[in-house]
Amino acid sequence: MILDDFLVRAALAGLGVALAAAPLGSFVVWRRMAYFGDATAHAAILGVALALAFDASIFAGALVMSLVMASTVSSLAGRGFAMDTLLGVLAHSALAFGLVGVSFLSGVRIDLMAYLFGDILAVSRGDLAVIWGGAVGVVALLVWRWQALLTATLSPDLAWSEGIDPRREQMVLTLALALVVAVAIKVVGVLLIAAMLIVPAAAARPLSATPERMAMIAMAIASAAALGGLAASFRLDTPTGPTIVCVAALLFALTMTGKNLSGIIGK
Amino acid sequence: MPLIAATGLAVRLGRHEVLHDVSLSLERGEIVTIVGPNGSGKSTLLRALIGAVPLSRGHVRRAPGLRIGYVPQRLHIDPTLPMTVMRFLALPRRRAPGALRAALDRAGLPDLRHRQMADLSGGQFQRVLLARALMDGPDLLILDEATQGLDQPGSAAFYRRIEEVRQDMGCAVLMVSHELHVVMSASDRVICLNGHVCCEGHPEIVAQAEEYRALFGTGTHGALALYRHEHSHSHDHDHPHSHEPAE
Repeated sequence: MILDDFLVRAALAGLGVALAAAPLGSFVVWRRMAYFGDATAHAAILGVALALAFDASIFAGALVMSLVMASTVSSLAGRGFAMDTLLGVLAHSALAFGLVGVSFLSGVRIDLMAYLFGDILAVSRGDLAVIWGGAVGVVALLVWRWQALLTATLSPDLAWSEGIDPRREQMVLTLALALVVAVAIKVVGVLLIAAMLIVPAAAARPLSATPERMAMIAMAIASAAALGGLAASFRLDTPTGPTIVCVAALLFALTMTGKNLSGIIGK
Repeated sequence: MPLIAATGLAVRLGRHEVLHDVSLSLERGEIVTIVGPNGSGKSTLLRALIGAVPLSRGHVRRAPGLRIGYVPQRLHIDPTLPMTVMRFLALPRRRAPGALRAALDRAGLPDLRHRQMADLSGGQFQRVLLARALMDGPDLLILDEATQGLDQPGSAAFYRRIEEVRQDMGCAVLMVSHELHVVMSASDRVICLNGHVCCEGHPEIVAQAEEYRALFGTGTHGALALYRHEHSHSHDHDHPHSHEPAE
């Protein structure tokens, strides 16, 4: 069967994460939540440590901790805290506590790299089911709430006047973010999840006239980065997660340069 | 039954009570303007009426099925968010392209559907905001200093458009403004706000009221007093629009 090939499983895993992370990443970019994504992702390592300690599923541990972090940050936002400082404190403390926590557990020290940078080549059929389940869930959630999310992103007051509660839409994004983090650990690792959210969306911006176009183009760019990165890492024998992010970054450089060049020629 | 009625409304932001004991109601087809100094809670009152800030006391009652069109004070569109005029008009409900073209036409705008919101001029931007608010044929149009950043002719044109809208669609209008001289002539009723309702009534009556003069007459050393002369003058001669063309 085709899923027996580890490269096919890796490609499918990368695609699943790419398709969910790109549209969500567009909201992260529009709402200036980049650091928020980072904090959520870093909290996941704490979830991994707890899951290992209690012999629970890594996915569940990461999901719960991401959700806790994302809701904490969401509820603190807008209460007059200096958000960038607060996020910096929370993100890096969560990461540090997670790393220390993992070090207490005997025998998993070697696996740490897999959680920090992903281990896409070791994706099992079970992992694949979790990744695609999560990805389809996130995309369905975003499609369902799309208009309300977009209105709330543009202006919370405008949303209120239309009978949309922006706090609920924030919750939807929080939940989606936690889901994406939990499914992306295996693919790119906690340190680079934020990159998978932001880089494809940023690369899509110069090519897009509407929010929908931007999300679709970001999906295409993220998929290309996932497949291109996998191929490149296989050939160059480089770590796969970081290679995927490198390809995404190169695509970003390409669209930005293209935009600037067309601007110059246009003049 | 009024379209919307607030009773004994109070709003607390942090430790500061921004509004207290505010009661007001709007009837169909009325144009009501809220005036008041900076920090008097004008925008907070509008936001409380649309449900965007929690009330610490009192309540807001809306007519069943009330449709509100809201034009915010300013709308900042993040540069990372691509947004054509067409897409913006279709928020949060999708529209047929014909309806969008018609909305721009009614707003007195050329076919800007494919332009980016960020590339519009200040006046066009405000007109598009207004056109979006009018998409559903609202019963109540709420405008929060909608002419901020427009020059005098621009804002005079904007208020003329509001009056047309009221005539055409029969909706009530509730707006906040600091352009007293323009607004006074265009309003059926003025509410002078400073944390609470200081005075309220026909523009002429409010302009003569002690409370209003106390808020706007002193401390500005004549700048606003001049405006007051201007509009009381125009009302004396019963030309509500007399100073618009002159500007």
